Amino acid sequence: MSENIAAFFYLVASVFFILALRGLSSPQTARAGNLYGILGMVIAVATTLLTPHVVSYWLIVAGILIGGAIGTYIALQIQMTALPQLVAAFHSLVGLAAVCVAASAFTAPQEFGIGVPGAIERASLVEMSIGMAIGAITFTGSIVAFTKLQGLVSGRPLMFPGQHWLNAGLGALLVLLIAIFVASGAGAVFWLLLVLSLALGFLLIMPIGGADMPVVISMLNSYSGWAASGIGFTLSNSLLIITGALVGSSGAILSYIMCKGMNRSIVNVVLGGFGTEGGTVVGRAGAADRSVRSGSAEDAAFILKNAGSVIIVPGYGMAVAQAQHALREMADLLKKDGVQVRYAIHPVAGRMPGHMNVLLAEANVPYDEVFELDEINRDFASTDVAFVIGANDVTNPAAKTDPDSPIYGMPILDVERAKTVLFVKRSMASGYAGVENELFYRDNTMMLFGDAKKMCEEIVKAME
Amino acid sequence: MADPASLAGRAGSLADDAGRLAQDLQAMAHQLSFQAATATTGPVGGPSLVYELTIFVLAVFVGYHVVWRVTPALHSPLMSVTNAISSVIIVGGLIAAGPAGFGFSKFIGFVAVTLAAVNIFGGFIVTQRMLQMFQRKK
Repeated sequence: MSENIAAFFYLVASVFFILALRGLSSPQTARAGNLYGILGMVIAVATTLLTPHVVSYWLIVAGILIGGAIGTYIALQIQMTALPQLVAAFHSLVGLAAVCVAASAFTAPQEFGIGVPGAIERASLVEMSIGMAIGAITFTGSIVAFTKLQGLVSGRPLMFPGQHWLNAGLGALLVLLIAIFVASGAGAVFWLLLVLSLALGFLLIMPIGGADMPVVISMLNSYSGWAASGIGFTLSNSLLIITGALVGSSGAILSYIMCKGMNRSIVNVVLGGFGTEGGTVVGRAGAADRSVRSGSAEDAAFILKNAGSVIIVPGYGMAVAQAQHALREMADLLKKDGVQVRYAIHPVAGRMPGHMNVLLAEANVPYDEVFELDEINRDFASTDVAFVIGANDVTNPAAKTDPDSPIYGMPILDVERAKTVLFVKRSMASGYAGVENELFYRDNTMMLFGDAKKMCEEIVKAME
Repeated sequence: MADPASLAGRAGSLADDAGRLAQDLQAMAHQLSFQAATATTGPVGGPSLVYELTIFVLAVFVGYHVVWRVTPALHSPLMSVTNAISSVIIVGGLIAAGPAGFGFSKFIGFVAVTLAAVNIFGGFIVTQRMLQMFQRKK
């Protein structure tokens, strides 16, 4: 296949990838979009295999079979609650693959048509080193994100003195090394660059706390795209450039949306150190004289049954407790009684963008009962019961009223406007931000202490 | 007169040199023929950096506009599908693992193909699983 025809098919593949993303604008077209994506990938791989670059197939077939089998197995086994760590792990693979391709292009440039060993074109050296550096940062950064999400290490931000200076210094050194590498083309500099980038990826993500993970995952998503683009420049391959740019901008937009959902700047998130990973029990001082109304599952069932409308606010706690199925059962019973049931999703609920939507969909909640913050926030005032399950900070009115609060300015779900707030929670502990939620002490709030899943099951039992 | 052992050694190293030269020549010939092939079809020496930058910047804009239209409910599938399509980097791995013979670059090409394949299959399948769950009210 000539280069021209190959370029044409790469263009076709690029268009299919754009259509894949386009399909996600609505759930009806999304599945077709995914098929376009698969088709694009098949065209891309087949085209490359037919170019004169590829003459030996056995190793390639072996790689695709091994990788395909592993990927298929993992994708079929994974639980939807474990989705964030799965995505983080997948990002790390893209990063590592980019590093491998860059290293291969450096050691055997003749295969890629960018020169001979020791005499690689200057422009290719620039593109190669940048692609490799971003790939390496994506790789180790995603591994750190994965271990935090999987709970292998504490989600608490890991800080040490001089951290930001160290990172800034390493970043500057990275740029310097790239310049030296481009000037000299020396192998030693290339490998040093690799080691430094790996270290930087690790150090960059370490100080970022567990609940900032939606931003981190989106950011790494973006990086993996830019890495692919960098490799595309190296290989003068328009398909890689286009796809990388699509993925890169997608991740960047998601990061932006997540940051806005927390009213924090991306710089603030990246510098890290925010949050306490929801373990600290509230200081009793000042809270001692305030009374909390707590209720049983029977009380909750009674209130819910007599309500005309209910809005359910799920959060990460629901995912941890795997409560989505029990919750849907509860909602089904309510609907049978003629109660209007809707769900309100905060942009940063869960550990990745859209996490709650997937979990609710998994529990067979129809997507037209699930609403975003902007769509439903006005309706709380005219709602009988707000049922908060596993969420905390995203409902805290302090974000609107207390300028000293660390979460001040964050858009929140106005659950306090509902006639009654039912708050399912394991204890009085504060949320991730370490801020006390004054909602607990309001007159119209009833706390339901217990595990989210058990509480839903007990409410279901009480209703029947 | 040198002893036979050192003669054999020198002959051996000469042969090595010749082999290396031949390899270099082959590489250069490969490079030349590749350049000749592209020269006949496209601009001299393949697409220029500016041309590639044009593609890149336009693609960023396309991505920007397409992704803003994605409904927030599908942000998780968006993430997994972008993950799958960014594994198109497998193209680089295929080129690295494609030549005849065997060497370091071919081996890491194989590693790249395997890693990207995990992602492609895993990413598309998990996206499909997610999307299948999104249903309308009955």
